[in-house]
Parts: sequence; structure tokens; C-alpha cells
Amino acid sequence: MFANFMAWIDKRLPVTEAMNKHVVQYPAPKNFNFWYFFGSLAMLVLVNQILTGIWLTMNYEPSGDGAFASIEYIMRDVDYGWLLRYMHSTGASAFFVVVYMHMFRGLMYGSYQKPRELLWIFGMLIFLVLMAEAFMGYLLPWGNMSYWGAQVIISLFGAIPVVGEELTIWIKGDYVISGATLNRFFALHVIALPLVLVVLVFLHILALHEVGSNNPEGVEIKKKKGTIPEAEQSKFKFHKQYADKYDIVDAIPFHPYYTVKDIMGVAGFLILFCWVMFFYPEGGGYFLEAPNFTPANGLKTPEHIAPVWYFGPFYTILRVVPDKLIGAILMFAAIGMLFALPWFDRGVVKSIRYRSKLHLLNLTQFAICFVILGILGTLPATPVNNLIGTITTFGYFGFFVALWFYSKNENTKPVPERLTK
Amino acid sequence: MKKFLLAILAVLPMLASAAGPALDLEKANNDLSDKESLKRGFKSYLNYCLGCHQLQYQRYNRTFADLGIDEKEGKENWMPTGEKVGDHITNTMPAKDAAKWFGSTPPDLTLEARFRKTPDYIYTYLKSFYVDPERPFGVNNKVFKDVGMPHVLQGLQGVQTIDEHGNLQPATGGSMTAEEYDEFVRDLTNFLEYTSEPNKLERKALGYWVIGFLVILFILSYFLKKEYWRDVH
Repeated sequence: MFANFMAWIDKRLPVTEAMNKHVVQYPAPKNFNFWYFFGSLAMLVLVNQILTGIWLTMNYEPSGDGAFASIEYIMRDVDYGWLLRYMHSTGASAFFVVVYMHMFRGLMYGSYQKPRELLWIFGMLIFLVLMAEAFMGYLLPWGNMSYWGAQVIISLFGAIPVVGEELTIWIKGDYVISGATLNRFFALHVIALPLVLVVLVFLHILALHEVGSNNPEGVEIKKKKGTIPEAEQSKFKFHKQYADKYDIVDAIPFHPYYTVKDIMGVAGFLILFCWVMFFYPEGGGYFLEAPNFTPANGLKTPEHIAPVWYFGPFYTILRVVPDKLIGAILMFAAIGMLFALPWFDRGVVKSIRYRSKLHLLNLTQFAICFVILGILGTLPATPVNNLIGTITTFGYFGFFVALWFYSKNENTKPVPERLTK
Repeated sequence: MKKFLLAILAVLPMLASAAGPALDLEKANNDLSDKESLKRGFKSYLNYCLGCHQLQYQRYNRTFADLGIDEKEGKENWMPTGEKVGDHITNTMPAKDAAKWFGSTPPDLTLEARFRKTPDYIYTYLKSFYVDPERPFGVNNKVFKDVGMPHVLQGLQGVQTIDEHGNLQPATGGSMTAEEYDEFVRDLTNFLEYTSEPNKLERKALGYWVIGFLVILFILSYFLKKEYWRDVH
């Protein structure tokens, strides 16, 4: 019965074929470690955001007069509305946690290097759209921090010479942030950007499956056809798209091996996620900021305007530069550097395991600088903080510059032919 | 490079101190599951606070249900006549006039406990009024400097003074002892923590079940993974 049904479908739409190609017979390296959970977790959080978002939209009122009260309506009067709202607000922060981990994995194991440059670029585009999505979503509760956070970010565009002022008015749809701004942000947050995000994720995965997954060893599992004796090849059946082109070694099919492993990852992640969501939904004041429990008020500036934690690193880079325009350029450059990473790195050895001590140090200092920049972004701009911020900004950009210089003739260790660990 | 890392580690502790001085708040030690305390707090709120401060996101009937007040009894004894049980807890003070009288409109307090990060703020605030002849109402507040609000609970607490070191001196002339007043303020604080998130207890109770389920799921999925992966290595 089911076989007949699938045969009928497959004649008209290659469902089984696609499932085999991308899941059941997709060759994945057998040595994925902890860091490889975060891709599937990012997908999980994306689905969570979309589903809870749809239900929140059913009771949310996108207007300057009604937005704040409608959030409280969801929190109090809608059945399990509080749960939907916390899933969404905690999910936003969780999204950035898993995406930052996912990106750092890429840095450690050289997953951005040839031939995965486009895959990395799609990933970076996802990151960029995600930041826009989060920024616009944060205005919607129409709390006072929503308002002033948006005020700070939108005013950045005012630093652009000549057209700046006009541009900010065009973005706001008004002379100040108002219901008009809220409405357009709502439209972008619930329709435009999620669509773009889903398309980009689709392309990210297509590009991944075209070039194949990297792994902690940074060793390719797809070898030139005819170079590996039959007995040494992976004993599993892989889709002809991969098996006809390459001799595949040390690989296992994504399903069932990584599906069962990812279920475990999902369960582990959800324990942490739910622990925060049910017991600390404010995330210590970092996920839901205290000033946001009072409605937007253009006359009452919060004592200390802090962006949500996940913008912290980039906000600090913006803030340590006295000149607003140069600060804004530097902030966007910080993201631009990540886009160009595949070309800053001129090395051929991928994994940190076989690269030089210098690279390990450089990556470590980059990670430390990024974390410190993030912490500083949530703190007031005191002279001491600005000094530390300046140093770590140099550390951030220095990572890329240093990488470009030493990666050409790097003192790397010999890379094994096959996966050993 | 190592020196650089050490330098960063050396300045890290300075970050913490840069966060600014924290307010010295007294612990309220209120208990959200204590319905009698919540009821007393609700009653006090209606008597002393609602005249100026609305709870515009909180409904009467929801409050009755959560505090264990029978709806009929609530309608008779716990709310102004003419309002419906499904109404929000609001007052009729005109916002514009209020702004003229007090310098700014008395804020809505539904979410005050979360806005101030902790209910301890409310507890400490209500215990920190002291005599200050330079202020329009003759009082100032140690937690909220130059607050526009008079000491509404003066008849209960009496008046405190402040010495040259900024320490509050015990109140005199109130109808309550210091312990009674603490209890009174604790109940009010408890009630406002409740209104700031009426689902708080339900949230935590549900959390234990969900996490319990997830822990079992994690253990099972761990063994499932192990079983499947036996033939890989």
C-alpha cells in the first residue's frame, strides 16, 4: 500500500531520490564531535522561532498604542501564551548561541576553506539576515529598551554623509520611531526576513551536500575515483551522485547514524534551553532586559542603553571609535572580514589539529577578544572599558591580518591521508 | 602573544567593577505560594495604592482565581461597584492632572517587580522614606532620590529621619510596630511580584515536568545512539 503510494509519488516528484541523496545515503564523516551538533540545533531553533512566531502573531497587535499591552495579553490571557512568548524570546538568544558555536566550529576546523567558500558565504548571509531579523523583532514588544535600542542602531545610518539624515527618516517612516516604524518592522520580521532566511538555509544545505561535510581532522573523505582498493572503502551504500564520482572512505550514512546522534544532541540542548526558559526566562536581564517591562517612551531614556547581548561584540567595536561614521564602517567591516575569511586564510591545512602553534594562539586570542567585546557591549562606556574595547578590537581585526601573513608559509604538521581519530 | 593574553586576563576583573554601584536592597523574603499574604497584599494595594497606581494589565477575576477568592465574594468586597469582574484593575485618576500634581503621572505597577529587576526593590523602597523639608510632600526616598510620591504609608510606619552618614533612623509616630510594618510591606511586595507574572508558579511547576521528561529522553537517546553506532568503530 505505502510502497505503491510512494511509487506513484516518485513518478511525479523525486521524493525518495531526494531523501536518499540528502539523508539516507548522504556520506558523512564518521568522526563528527561535539561541535557538529550545532548545525542541526540551529535548524531546530529556526523551526521553533517560526512556529512560536506564527502563534504569537495571532494575538500580537502591531501598533504603537496596542503592542505593549498585547504582549501582556499574551502573557496573561492567552492559554499558554506565556510559554509561546518565552519559547520565542529564549529561542532568539539560543539561536545566536548555537550560531556562534557553529561558526566557531567552522573556524577551528577550516570548514570555510576551499572548496567550501560559497557554503561559508551562505552561512554568513544567514548570520547577517539573522541579526536584522533579531533587531527588528526586538522592537516589537514596544518596551522602552526596544525603543531606545532601535533609536541607537537606526541613528547609525545618520552618520553616512549627505544622505544620512534622509535615510534614517526613510527607515523609520517618520521623523521619530513611531507606530509607522513598528508596523514596517513587524512586516519585515514576520514575512520578508524569515522567507529570505529559509531560502538561505536551503541553499546553505544544498551547497554543503555538493562539497561534502568537513570534519575535525580536516581530511577529505571523498577520494579520487579508482585510488582506494575496494576493501578499504566505506562499506555502506551511498547515493550514486557521490559514489559514482568518488571512492568514499571513513564515511557513514547521515541516516540513521547522525539522525540518532542528533536526537541525543537535541535532547541535551533542550534540557539547557528549558532550564533557562522555565526558571530564568529573563536570562539574568540579558534575554529580556528590565527596562523593557515599561512601555516605549520617547521622553524617558533608560539609564544605560545596552543592545541585546548577541550584538555586544559589534556594538563595542562601533562604540570605541570616537567618530561615528568610522565606527559604523568598522562595525560593518568586522562582519565583512568574516565574509572574506576564506581568502584571508591562504593555508591548505584545514584543521586546528594540524596547523601551527601560531594559528592556535591567533584563534584563541580571537575567541577571547570576541567574548570580551561581547561583555563590554552590555556595559557602560567608561574610559577603562573603552581602552579594553580598543585593545580587543585590534585583537579582532588582527586575527585576520595576521592570518593572511602567516598562512602562506605556515609551519604545519603532516596531515594524515585518512581519518585517524 | 602570551603577554598579550595575560594582559587581557589582568584587566578582566576591572570589567566587573565598571558596571556601576548596585543599590543596597533589603531582601523581601516574600513567598508567592502564600495566598493569605497575597490576599493581604491585594487588600492593601486596593486601599493604599490603586488610587494613583493602576494595574492595567491585571484583571480582577484572574486575581480572584489565583488568590483563591470566590468570584461572588470578590465582586462584593474586593472591587469598586460598577466594574465587571473581567475588567482590568484601573483607577479613574486623569493622567494629565496627575502629572501636574506629582510632577509626573504615577506609573502603572503591574510589571514594577520585573521592571526593577527584583521585588526586593519595592520592599526596600517602601521602607526608605525619610523626612526632607525641601521636598514638596516633606519626604524623600533613599532608594529613589527626589521621588514625586508622598509617603502614603506614613500613618502606618510613622516618619523616619536620616543622619549625616545617610543612615535611616527608626520611625516614630506610626500605628504599626516596625515588625508589623515590615510584614505589611512584604505582603504588598508579594502581591506585586505576583501581578508582574501571574504564571510564575505554574511556569516553574511545569518546568520540572518538562526537564524530567527531557532527562529521560536524553538517557534513552544516548543508549539508542550507542546501539546504532556499535558497528561504526
